[in-house]
Amino acid sequence: MITRQRLAAGVCALLAALAAGIAFPGGAVADETQTAAPKVELVLDVSGSMRARDIDGDSRMAAAKQAFNEVLDATPQEVQLGIRTLGANYRGNDRKEGCKDTAQLYPVGPLNRTDAKTAVATLQPTGWTPIGPALLKAADDLNGGDGTRRIVLISDGEDTCQPLDPCEVAREIAAKGIGLTIDTLGLVPDAKTRDQLSCIADATGGTYTDVRHKEQLSSRVGQLVDRAADPVVTPVATEGAAQCEKAPALKSGLYTDREEFGQQRWYKVAVDPGKELRASVSVADDRAVGPNYGVLLRAVTEHGREIVRGEAAGTGRTDVISTGLRYPKAGSDDDNAPAETVCLQVTNSFAAAAGVKTTPGLPLELTVDVVDGPSGHHDVASFGLGRGWWLLGTLVLIGFVAGVLWGWLSRWRVAIWRTN
Amino acid sequence: MRITRVLGGALLALGLGAGPAAADTPSPSPSTSADGSAPTKAGTSFRTATELEQGQQATASASTGDYMYWSFPADIGRRPTVKATVKLPRTHGAQTWQLDVYDGLRRRQACQYGANTRTAVQDAPSAELTCVLRTVRGWAEPWADDPLPGTYYIRLTVVDLGATDLGQPVSAEVRADTVDIGGAAAADGSLGKPLVPGIAVTSAEKTDGSKTAVLSSFGSHDGWSSGWWSDRWVWTGIGAVLAALAGIGGYALTRGSGRPSRVPPGV
Repeated sequence: MITRQRLAAGVCALLAALAAGIAFPGGAVADETQTAAPKVELVLDVSGSMRARDIDGDSRMAAAKQAFNEVLDATPQEVQLGIRTLGANYRGNDRKEGCKDTAQLYPVGPLNRTDAKTAVATLQPTGWTPIGPALLKAADDLNGGDGTRRIVLISDGEDTCQPLDPCEVAREIAAKGIGLTIDTLGLVPDAKTRDQLSCIADATGGTYTDVRHKEQLSSRVGQLVDRAADPVVTPVATEGAAQCEKAPALKSGLYTDREEFGQQRWYKVAVDPGKELRASVSVADDRAVGPNYGVLLRAVTEHGREIVRGEAAGTGRTDVISTGLRYPKAGSDDDNAPAETVCLQVTNSFAAAAGVKTTPGLPLELTVDVVDGPSGHHDVASFGLGRGWWLLGTLVLIGFVAGVLWGWLSRWRVAIWRTN
Repeated sequence: MRITRVLGGALLALGLGAGPAAADTPSPSPSTSADGSAPTKAGTSFRTATELEQGQQATASASTGDYMYWSFPADIGRRPTVKATVKLPRTHGAQTWQLDVYDGLRRRQACQYGANTRTAVQDAPSAELTCVLRTVRGWAEPWADDPLPGTYYIRLTVVDLGATDLGQPVSAEVRADTVDIGGAAAADGSLGKPLVPGIAVTSAEKTDGSKTAVLSSFGSHDGWSSGWWSDRWVWTGIGAVLAALAGIGGYALTRGSGRPSRVPPGV
């Protein structure tokens, strides 16, 4: 009886241990993040057309002022906010003069809410709509610092200062400054304005919003300013080469580059034995492209043998096409085994739509992680354990047969012993 | 004998209970936010994706044409299901919405079933999208694109729309849930680190104490199952106990009850 109680207690302990295993606890602490001060510039169109009274019965200018007041109140402390106007000062008809009319109303820096509001209150709808020059100046205003940079452009009409296409300007800005995004808001826009503003947004990875109500304007601008305050990893600019030999050597991190249509980009990564290389690449279409596209990422040895590839293809509207690969390098017994140089080749199969400029290249984002390799046990699943009713049935049957055999054997041994 | 049978029956019952119990236990969630409230915004790229926990209902207001990104962690043996509802403006033309899920290497992951693309007819109030992913495996060949434990990205966007609908206000709700598939999905090995982008940089920086923005904050060590646990332990353990009991039973059968008749009393 005592033996049986012990057995029962042992079984209970075993089950308790298993149950404890089931309820294995977890829970990680999210990293607290901290970056340099994010900078935002609000670029407001103060052209004559802002007088139109078609936003909830009020003029567009009044709606914009009200939205600015609300946004200035709600701007997070760490955000450095500036305000730039376009078409605020020049009343004349000279196009050349009108197209230079952009001024900084409030400089980018720590925000003094009262000063900023006073400045906004003085605005009167006046002149032309020089979007392109204003964007260039705004990009200059945001220069310096490591934080995120964001331009919020609010306009009610298309650019009146051709041939400088603001969409091209936006693409140039995106190509030189890392992490500058332009979001656009159209106040009761017509089809042409909408096309132009959404083109500007697409060129920099920003968003376009069609505004028809006051409340919508303030909530959207507020949302965009808040978005700037979110800490984001700033990628490191690099320039891939045309062949592996000349490729830049990359370590773990996030990189950006530009890749033209049909161009190849090569990068090098050193992978120690027992480590795993993880690379993912995404190519964004910042301009009008053909409807079918793809991206190919290949990991190649120095001698040109392909190790592994990641490929993706798609069709239809997209912001980005991405793929990735893993390459676990086998461990080595020799502690001094040299690192292997793995070449990464990136190609894309985007096709530029008719009449679209092909330079600068498409924005490319590359993530490289070199981490510990996968664990070495390569038995049947989970350390060779089994599961299912067949397993139980088999074990019970074998146990039973073994018990019977053992019983017979011991009876036979007793019989032999007795006869002798 | 009777006690043995009772014990065996009880064990079997416990074993049966333990199987589903293991399945019901929620997987350790890799990230716990400080306030536990669901996110109310969406990111605009992989880099800025808003992190969300399993079972949280994330909401976001956006403009038609925006690309909305979220990310969530998924662990070994779990099958994620992503559901999204887009509330459309009162008047609009026909538009097609699409939900894509990418893994930590930004590889697009196939949906086993669920409508991940749906066309909302003119003036329809909302569009609902679902994507049921494959079960997350502990390990896969580098040449396979099986889902692996790590960060998963959700991208929600409109893929086909009339020009006048661009930039109209919409609101979206997204939710990622996972079902435990258990040891049936166990694989032959485990990754050294989960597929969390930037994990090599994160762990390197932790040593010198400085902290910066990270691509994905789902932890590198904590919360992820180490790959050793599987409900196969329960099955095998119970099998071993049952086999031992069956062995005792079989042995007892050959002994008969009481003393053999040939043996005289008192020996």
